[in-house]
Amino acid sequence: MSQHRVWVYGDNVNTDVIFPGKYTYTLKTPEDIAAHALEDLDSTFAANVKHGDVIVAGRNWGCGSSREQAVTALKYSGVYAIIAESFSGIYFRNCINQGILPIVCPQLNNLVPTGSSVTLDLENAQIVAEGQSFVISHLSPSVQAIIDTGGLVPMLHQRFAETAK
Amino acid sequence: MDNAILGRTFAEKALARATGVSDARVGDILDMTPDLIFSHDNSAAIRRIFEKIGAAKIAYPDRVAITLDHAVPAPTTEHAQNHAEIRAWVAQQGIKHFFEVGRGICHQVISEEALILPGETILGADSHSTHFGWLGAFGAGVGRTEMAALWATGQLWWRVPESMRITLNGRLQHGVTAKDITLRLIGDLGVDGGKYRSVEFTGDTVATLSLDERAVIPNMMAEFGAQNAYLPPDQRVFDYLEQRRTRDYTPLYPDADALYDEEITLDVAALEPQIALPHMPESVVNLSEALGQPVQQAFIGTCTNGRLEDLQAAADVLRGRKVRCRMIVIPASSQVLLEATRRGFIETLLEAGATISTPGCGPCMGNHMGIPAPNEVTISSANRNFRGRMGTPDASIYLASPYVVAASAIAGKIADPREYLS
Ligand code: SF4
Repeated sequence: MSQHRVWVYGDNVNTDVIFPGKYTYTLKTPEDIAAHALEDLDSTFAANVKHGDVIVAGRNWGCGSSREQAVTALKYSGVYAIIAESFSGIYFRNCINQGILPIVCPQLNNLVPTGSSVTLDLENAQIVAEGQSFVISHLSPSVQAIIDTGGLVPMLHQRFAETAK
Repeated sequence: MDNAILGRTFAEKALARATGVSDARVGDILDMTPDLIFSHDNSAAIRRIFEKIGAAKIAYPDRVAITLDHAVPAPTTEHAQNHAEIRAWVAQQGIKHFFEVGRGICHQVISEEALILPGETILGADSHSTHFGWLGAFGAGVGRTEMAALWATGQLWWRVPESMRITLNGRLQHGVTAKDITLRLIGDLGVDGGKYRSVEFTGDTVATLSLDERAVIPNMMAEFGAQNAYLPPDQRVFDYLEQRRTRDYTPLYPDADALYDEEITLDVAALEPQIALPHMPESVVNLSEALGQPVQQAFIGTCTNGRLEDLQAAADVLRGRKVRCRMIVIPASSQVLLEATRRGFIETLLEAGATISTPGCGPCMGNHMGIPAPNEVTISSANRNFRGRMGTPDASIYLASPYVVAASAIAGKIADPREYLS
């Protein structure tokens, strides 16, 4: 079980406001990318986000372009998980491949305010917030392994390094 | 509703099969092993990610295909260097399904070589990998990181998508094509109409469409936001594959009581030719609303409409006539070019004043061989007309069927092909 401070956003937040397209080919390091996270949606975010914070959002989080930097920006900002009513399909895939936890939980968005805290209990597949608990779905073991090692490339790197021993 | 008693969608069945489990349902996350994975000019970039993973060899080189098609023949030294790196990689890894400059566009070549069969699963590092729904396969696009992982392990995690069903009824009128069906759907429901779902077609129209036409629909479901698309394969598909295939297959069909979260019906009998206005594939109107718009360039080609029947459609319109604007025709593959030559279509196109280029993507995404000048208007048989797609931000692209493109080339302005078809 772990406690996390939340940042709350609405429906249909697209990848352009999570990470502006104009930086796609110029910013390369994850730290530089993270410095512009959510720049066009919430200018206070990048300066104030802390390691372990989570995002709570509405429907269709991450719609728009498929750019992976829109996940990288949040991951290297320290965001531990994104809890949304629903995700755009490609963004959901990118989250897992980049090692950030996407959690579908429709009830949370209208319940918690920015700055409050929620408890993630992944072992029992639930979220506790405002005195209520909400069931979330279990991840498959293979997907959990990707998240745990920080993404698809690091996970496979570890696997191949072990078999080479 | 009890999920256990419901039937299964095509996507549920195909992904269960690709994973080797007896059943799969929407939302399940599976570790699937696709029957074929492919990439193209982006293979050198994928190799660089593959090296970070630290695997020495591609897990199943026989299930890997690579085509050089996006910028061929190489327009710059950098492109040539990129191709050279890919050739070296192909040799080092023993990839035998490698297709050189001029063989054609990945989706078309893989279809002609029958490297993928009904009921199978194919993942490509290309957004139009939805294409393979034409023969009843599960085809979807993946990112470069995912392709590198697929090379390394042969597997990828996959969430079974929700499905939508589209029923097509009726027979198209002469001069109206599968491209017009596709444009109409995107116009009606938007570029995110598919919502990353499995888009499964049914209805009596499918059987009336030739195989060349069938490919247009799932191909352009990429512009509809679909994860994959599916047309039920029939005897025509099986006959096409019979001489080409090297293994057996079992086609898959969705159950009648499968769970779809959206159902759409389109009656195509009354459909007019359609056209997408600049700069979005969903800005679709009846052709009659765009007639008279001057065009400076007409382009027939791409994975959407560069097949034999598309060249035939252009030849039928252009026979005995002359083009009034420059016209570029790029067959989707060497087989298309060869057959179009044998049947005299190429001769007809050249006599009309068109020019022919090397099979491949051509100017589709603005690399070379037909980049428009600023403020010019292109009418194209491609799939995307985003601002700058053909390499020039302040140029405009209209999307339509090869009939409409050819008619517009004759008139020098957007024109109705039915005036030229007897
Ligand atoms: S023809 Fe165009 S859309 Fe098709 S694969 Fe090539 S670049 Fe992509």
